Parts: sequence; C-alpha cells; structure tokens
Amino acid sequence: MERRNFVKKVVLGSMATIIGADIVFGSTMLEGYQPLALQDPDPFKMFNKDKQMEVLNDKPWNIEAKAHLLDEKITSNNYMFIRNNGLVPDAIDSNEWTLTIDGESAKELKTYTLAELQTKFPQYTYQLTLECGGNGRSEFDPPAKGNQWTVGAVSCAKWTGVRLRDILEDVGIKDSAVYIGYHAVDAHLSRDPKKEPISRGAPIAKALQDETLVAFKMNGQDIPLVHGYPLRLVAGGWPASVSGKWVNRISVRDKVHDGTKMTGTAYRVPCEPVAPGEKVKDEDMCIIESMPVKSLITYPKSGAIIKKGNKLNIRGHAWAGELEVTKMEYSIDFGATWIAVSVEKPVNRLAWQHFDATIDFPKKGYYEVWSRATDSQGYSQPMLVPGWNPKGYLNNACHRIAVKVE
Amino acid sequence: MDRQEQFRKQVRVIYQLLKVVVSIIIIVAIAGIYLIVDPSFSVFKKSAPDSAYIVVQEDEEDRIENGIHVRSGLVEAEGLMEVVNNCTNCHSSKLVIQNRMTAERWIATIRWMQETQNLWDLGGNEEIIVNYLVTNYPPIKKGRRENLRNVEWYDLQN
Repeated sequence: MERRNFVKKVVLGSMATIIGADIVFGSTMLEGYQPLALQDPDPFKMFNKDKQMEVLNDKPWNIEAKAHLLDEKITSNNYMFIRNNGLVPDAIDSNEWTLTIDGESAKELKTYTLAELQTKFPQYTYQLTLECGGNGRSEFDPPAKGNQWTVGAVSCAKWTGVRLRDILEDVGIKDSAVYIGYHAVDAHLSRDPKKEPISRGAPIAKALQDETLVAFKMNGQDIPLVHGYPLRLVAGGWPASVSGKWVNRISVRDKVHDGTKMTGTAYRVPCEPVAPGEKVKDEDMCIIESMPVKSLITYPKSGAIIKKGNKLNIRGHAWAGELEVTKMEYSIDFGATWIAVSVEKPVNRLAWQHFDATIDFPKKGYYEVWSRATDSQGYSQPMLVPGWNPKGYLNNACHRIAVKVE
Repeated sequence: MDRQEQFRKQVRVIYQLLKVVVSIIIIVAIAGIYLIVDPSFSVFKKSAPDSAYIVVQEDEEDRIENGIHVRSGLVEAEGLMEVVNNCTNCHSSKLVIQNRMTAERWIATIRWMQETQNLWDLGGNEEIIVNYLVTNYPPIKKGRRENLRNVEWYDLQN
C-alpha cells in the first residue's frame, strides 16, 4: 500500500509538472488511501490466535497466552505466544529457500535447499518446551525494561525436522568449533538492511543434541509464518530466542557467537547475584543457557468459586530447562504446608510434564493454590520473585491461582 | 530571396507539425501513465461519502478521548506529541506504555537506542520526552511478590 501510494505521488507530481498545474482531485485520492494503511490489522485473525491472548506489543508483534489457555498437553498454534524482535517477513517462497552452513569452524561452506534437507537427512519429531527468557518479567521490582510478560510466554508444541547435528556432520566441523549462530531474513525495526533484529545461538554441545532440530513442521503442519516458516532452529529448554525463526544461515563459530542480542545485556544475567536495581557492567553479565524449573496451573482458570464440600481438581504442566521435574507439590496455605502430587514423565527429553491433584478445602474462604516444581538437581521454584537482574529474565517464582470456597 | 522565404516557410510548417506531434505524444503518454496508475478513473469520481470519510479520518489522526491519545494509547499531557513523533516510529507505543523507569534509566534506554537501534539525536525534545515518561508512567513499587490483582470471579461447576 505504501509503495503504491508513493508511486502515485511521484506520478501525479510529475504529471502536475508536465501539465503545469496541480491535479485538483489528486490530493483527495491520496488522502483517501492513507487511512486504509493506518488501519490496524487484526492480529488474532492474521496469526490465527485465540481472542483471549494478550497483545503486549504490535510493532514488533509480541503476544502472550494466559495460564488457563495453556491447558492442552501439546500447545496448538492458537495459544502459542509470539515473541518477535524484528518485522515478520513476507513473500516467502519455500521452493527457493536455502540453508547455508558457514563460519570459521565449518570445513566448507555448504548450501542446502529445503527439499534437500528433507530428503537427505532422517526426520525426527519432538515435543519441545520453548519459554521466552523474559517470561515473568512484569514481576520484577524495580521494573525491568522490555515486554512485560506475565506467565504466558511458554509453549510446548511438536516440532518436526532434521537434526542440526546431522547437517553439521555432513558439512564437517573443525575441532575449533565452540558455538553456532543463526541468521534469518526478518528485517530490523528501523528497516536498516545492515542490521539484524536478532542473531543468537548456542554452544556446540547444545547444537549437537539429539533434540536440537532444524524444523519445518509444527504440530504436523507447515510452521505458521509468525513462528518461523519455512525453517526454524528449535533448541528446547533454552531461552526461546535460541530457536531462531526464518533461518537461512547457521555459522559454526570458533568463539562465542557475537550476533545481535548475544552481547551486552541481552539474554544475560549478572554472573554474580546483585541487589535489586544495582548497575551491572556488561562484562559482568553471563549468557543464559538452560531455563530454570517452573510450573503452571492451567486448570481451573484463576478466580474459581466452588461450593463448600466440593473438591477442586487442578492440573498443569512443569518443566526444568535441560533437566527433568522430579517432584511436584501444591500448597493452599501460602507454603505453610506442601502436598506432593505425582508428575508424569516427559514424552521426550525437553518436553513439559503434567500433574494433577484433587483438593479438599478445610473451610470457606479465600484461597490461593500455589504450585511448586523441583528439578532433578534439587532446585525448586522460589515463592518470591528470584534474583533481580537488569533485564528481568528467569522469573520462575511459583504460579498461583485464586479460589473462593462458599 | 524568394527561395529563402520559401525555405523559411517550409521550416515553419515542419516546426508546427513537430509541435503538434510532440504534444500528441505527451498527451498520450500522460493518459497512458494515468491509466496504469488509476485504471478506474477514481480521481474524477469525487462522491460525497468519500469526502465525508476523509474528514473523519483526518480528525481521527490525533483524536483524544478521556485523556487518551486514541491512535497511540498514550496519556494526553505535556510532551505527548514529542513522544508520538520520536518514540513510535520503529516500535509500538505499547512498548513505551508497559515500561516504567526513572529518568536515569529512560535516558540510558534512549542512549542504547541511539547507539544500536538508529534512533536520532532528540535535541531539546529529550528532556520533554523523559519528563513526560516519568510523570505519566512512573515506576510502581511491587515488592518481592504482589497480591493477585484483577481476579475475575466465576462459579465453577464440578
């Protein structure tokens, strides 16, 4: 629309020069077009999202779920959060799509078409937990800069693709390889073509894991455009920003990848704990790797009123980054007592796990049901917001819902 | 003399002819370009509803309702347009509204945007913008954990 408008302006302008007079109705035409371009597109329709999803930001698009919307065991697209750093690309031709492997530690530069990737390498499907590093940011005090995510920037969909390891082995990587970094086609918000909105990565060990995929399907279908169509790196259990969308190049680096949002304070926390609000120098910030243990009560929706004598069934998911959740508990008395409940094994490594419980309330009144997961190394979710950090990452405080018994 | 006069006349005729031909070419070219741009001749169909629509849209541009600048959702206060014009080009105003910072941290954020995100020098507007932000979107004390807010109560049938 903008381009056509521009063409119109130019053409009308030159026509006016030729004729030597203003085109009287020309301005009316331009005015008439402008407002259409200003109209807000409907993100729910555009991205196929449930109307209850919360739009945090529309440029770039950032949309989160609510706890009760994440009740499914396998997150469907309608409830999957959107986190974008740049502008969603358009006009993608998957027939023309290629993935190039390059970098100091790649034995050669090699380019694959999408079809080659799909036929040359075995395909795998895993359910993988992707959580934004800043999920829960809204709770930090003093507030941390960025999108103010509450609890809904997490998903666990089924991803199908080929192992990054298989591709890297086909290309050959040198002993000097320490990191991989992705590059993608999304444009920077300033539309400066020299700038990448985001170009992150992971240490070689993570890149070579079985579950680290170069994916082309989500829940059995083409990946939705906003989630990375036609090709997305998926590295479950790590900040979702490692799982680059619209990826067309992966560099094998002989040092820690230094792309956009790898350096400075982005996706980093203080290497040593700091007091709330304390200033931290860039060199004292360390890259986030595995996400911490966390859980969500996805049923019932917060705010349930039940009759005295009725039991309340609750259920939800728990995950622990690279690790597994080994213990699940809930409390209805703000942590004075905790009741252990069973937690299912994950369907595969890096997938979230499910729990449920039936609660009997002792008397009428206002309650909060708190959930607390513990990982295989004995780390539990804190009841308070954990260590403050300048960018507000890694808030894995216990989730809670409000319940009234009448 | 006569032949010279005759020659002059011929040149004049050719010149006139050329002028006509060139004019026709220009007219045809203009018509052609116009047809490419606007095949439906919409420019000349200046119907009443169209102009009404335009008027509404122009008002809409910076309409204020209940103290809120409708287009951006920002609070109407001193500095509003400076914020709209400098802070909503690259990213949405929603990003401004959801963030709460002190003047020092806003300035640090502006510097970061200038160093890495192609934000221009704000000149005298910087102070106006920062004042607007800290006055209208001040940090809220949350402590280590807030009460649950905005709970929507509903009857849960078992």
